[in-house]
Amino acid sequence: MTGEVKLRRYHAPVWNEPVILELGRRGERGVLLPEVEEGIRRSVGPAEGLLPANVRRRSSPELPELSQAQVLRHYLRLSQQTLGMELDVDLGVGTCTMKYSPKVNERLAAMVADIHPDQPEETIQGLLEVVWRFGHVFLREISGMDEFSFQPPGGSAAAFNNACMMRKYHELNGEAAQRNEIITTIFSHPCDAACPATAGYKVVTLYPDEETGLPDVEALKAAVSEHTAGLFITNPEDTGIFNPEVDEWTRIVHEAGGLCAYDQANANAILGVTRAREAGFDMCFFNLHKTFSSPHGSSGPGCGAVGVTEELAELLPVPVVVKEGERYHLDYDRPNSIGKVRDFHGNLPSVVRAYAWAMSMGADGLREVAEISAINSSYLETKLKRIRGVTKPYKDGRRVDQIRYSLARMKEETGVGVDDVNRRVVDYGVQTYFTSHHPWIVPEPFTPEPCETYSKADIDYWAEVLRQVSEEAYSEAEKVKTAPHNSSISRINSAPFDDPEKWAMSWRAYKRKRRQGK
Amino acid sequence: MGSRRPVHPYIPNSVPAVKEEMLREIGVASADELYAQMIPERLRLRRRMELPEPLPAELDLRRHVEGILSKDRTCSDYLSFLGGGCWQHFVPEVCDEIIGRSEFLTAYAGGPYSDLGRFQAVFEFQSMICELVGMEVSGTPTYDWGSAAGNAVRMASRITGRREVLVPRNISPARLSIISNFCNPTTTGDGIFVKQVDYDPEKAILDLGDLEAKISDRTACVYFESPSYLGVIETQGAEISRIAHDNGAESVVGVDPISLGILAPPSDYGADIVCGEAQPLGVHMHAGGGLSGFIASRDEERYVGEYPLRLISVTDTAKEGEYGFGQCRYERTSYIAREKAKDWVGTTTALWAIAAAVYMSLMGPEGMREVGESMIQRSHYAAKRLSEIESVRVPFDGFFKEFPVNFAGRTVAEVNHGLLEHKIFGGKDISAEFPELGQSSLYCVTEAHKQSDLDRLASTLREVLA
Repeated sequence: MTGEVKLRRYHAPVWNEPVILELGRRGERGVLLPEVEEGIRRSVGPAEGLLPANVRRRSSPELPELSQAQVLRHYLRLSQQTLGMELDVDLGVGTCTMKYSPKVNERLAAMVADIHPDQPEETIQGLLEVVWRFGHVFLREISGMDEFSFQPPGGSAAAFNNACMMRKYHELNGEAAQRNEIITTIFSHPCDAACPATAGYKVVTLYPDEETGLPDVEALKAAVSEHTAGLFITNPEDTGIFNPEVDEWTRIVHEAGGLCAYDQANANAILGVTRAREAGFDMCFFNLHKTFSSPHGSSGPGCGAVGVTEELAELLPVPVVVKEGERYHLDYDRPNSIGKVRDFHGNLPSVVRAYAWAMSMGADGLREVAEISAINSSYLETKLKRIRGVTKPYKDGRRVDQIRYSLARMKEETGVGVDDVNRRVVDYGVQTYFTSHHPWIVPEPFTPEPCETYSKADIDYWAEVLRQVSEEAYSEAEKVKTAPHNSSISRINSAPFDDPEKWAMSWRAYKRKRRQGK
Repeated sequence: MGSRRPVHPYIPNSVPAVKEEMLREIGVASADELYAQMIPERLRLRRRMELPEPLPAELDLRRHVEGILSKDRTCSDYLSFLGGGCWQHFVPEVCDEIIGRSEFLTAYAGGPYSDLGRFQAVFEFQSMICELVGMEVSGTPTYDWGSAAGNAVRMASRITGRREVLVPRNISPARLSIISNFCNPTTTGDGIFVKQVDYDPEKAILDLGDLEAKISDRTACVYFESPSYLGVIETQGAEISRIAHDNGAESVVGVDPISLGILAPPSDYGADIVCGEAQPLGVHMHAGGGLSGFIASRDEERYVGEYPLRLISVTDTAKEGEYGFGQCRYERTSYIAREKAKDWVGTTTALWAIAAAVYMSLMGPEGMREVGESMIQRSHYAAKRLSEIESVRVPFDGFFKEFPVNFAGRTVAEVNHGLLEHKIFGGKDISAEFPELGQSSLYCVTEAHKQSDLDRLASTLREVLA
């Protein structure tokens, strides 16, 4: 399809829905439970008698009382007031890989819904086989790492897990006290700084060269020392720029006695193209809810799949799924393990979906995913660079999966900035885009990531929305500044969010503060 | 490479003509050329990955994966008494219906102008958790109870400026391991020390004498649970909180919220911070994937300022009578503050929080009371039936839905193996975790167990032990 892209007339549903605690009437019931059988009641007596007086609840919790259809209706309306990913062209959310989550995988994942994680191994051989195969067949080839854990339940949790493994590694070498610093870059995901910090590390952050957008190798050389525990780095970085000297970086850190952890949360455009192993990393992680299609779930449950070299396998959290002959086994007997970062085995349904997705792709399909993602991003760039007020900071080279653009010029020329535009794009029926993690080194940033899910027509539409809003910014700036106009709500009063007198994280706090006239 | 590949239904631009058109527009001849401009040759994989033949046809894929997973047996196939941190409770159909909605299932990071409903649903989760625990502040969920406890004790450490936390010795070993990883007690100088307080061997509640002996002006908080990992309801909550407060420490309480229709909210016995596990509230076990933790506290700046989580606050909008939602004190979080943040926040378990909101709305106060009563009656009935068996002992009274069962002269492994042959998953083997309890197994009984299930357990156990 070529030619004019026609923008949609769109309006989000407006239900003006109350908070559920305002709804219903005393005595209504949403669901009933089976009666406790007479045999049980006769045998043990009333529940009250089984509870010491001082632990009994004295007054009922003030939960809503609603019938079933009314509860359903309320949450259906809230779902309608959520644009989500599947209803729209959601390619603006860089670092998140908003790809399609195949429906068939939901059916497959549901097969494990009623499994208890402590069931005897012989009753969950199928699930363990899927987990083992996804790690040892797929991730092993994709990353070049040797052993895997799916216990970390999200990307940041995986970064924390890797910080704990790094800590344990140096502890076993008797260097834990000495090696108390990790090095990261400002365009690596914030978890690469925050999670090692939670694990007790001092964090040294390297900033980019103004020309290349990448930190200089010399800066790294100056940063490493006998205090270096390791490196936590995202590559391609948030800017979409791939650090071409990443193998030199890992060499320098290794030489200083540190370990190297690769944040591959967003590996979509490099599947089958470049791997953690050849780049010299000791550990890495993939977000199965990003690159491997498990749905984002309104922000979880996810899975941060961790891969390590053979040398570090002993540090993985327990249990690890291993294969012994034809049997799959949960191995808890790993004395140098860091223990646990999350209860049980993590979020295994996510692994089931990832396995199914990868099986539907195979080697060529995964490579195609990568290529199309990279092509989509570069194609979008050809559209965006023609839009007034949009610039691409740093060198004019290629980016990989996403590109950090700037609306600084638009802001300067019209007063309309990236947050204004983000409220306005919603009026055309597309999801808000990702700006940037903080600090905003690139002023007025935005970072679309048009992964393989999006068609050329989708990309054309998204670019057209941005072109339209840019035109509005230059001709009728007020319209953009007062956006949204077609959303479920109008402009939010954000003052209470930082005001202890007015913020309210619960209905009861809201009622109290309102009563007190705050 | 590339042109031989079939068009894949998940990749619209895999149509060769489209791919070529886009490459032309970009100004490169092939994807390889594009990559050559991004990634140096030496770092590029110069071979095709070696992976199994793909199954791009949905029907083939389904048969393949169903073929593997159909080997499994689930807790709907077998009668299960497993708990210990993940429990088989009744999940109302409406919970699954709502979280299966495309919008909630696939949303992620949109703002309130596009994803208003997601913000409101999570605010309602926070609100109803607050009703159950008797607090005014809660946030988006954590990964599980363990990480909620890990965050909570770190909050207490920052609030008090102290670096030692007391936890009960009858805590779940897995949860203790998570807390320990959060606290980093072993290596660098600025870790938080985790010290364990004994439990009373008769009643399995906290040993107050040992607490008094171990608490000091170095103690940031006393963390305790009700019901505990061993299932027993803590009856000395007020006393424990008082001892904590007398020593300038915070009282941090871990709870199973499904008990709070009948058990006093922790605010009644002096809790400053409450945490726990939301999975019982309308979420399937998902092989352990159903876990979702929460944290709650009073609405005071010194607590709010220390949360690592996103905190969804309600507000008004430019239009009268409209609710808006947004993030309170967002600059606390790792998304803004990086290594200076309060711990870290990331993708956690929002979908389960939405399920829990639906669950609490469906249950209401009466449903929460009934489910609590049903469980305590059923569990006590089960314990009574099992204790009637010779060589079986239920060592503790005062439990809620879980209780250890002790087998004299037989190992739990043997007993569970015997039960498995009768399609019963016996309780979790805790003999290695708590050697002082001998060969013991942690049984979990919920509202989902019928009397006939419990009678079947008793008679089968009798047979297995015979």
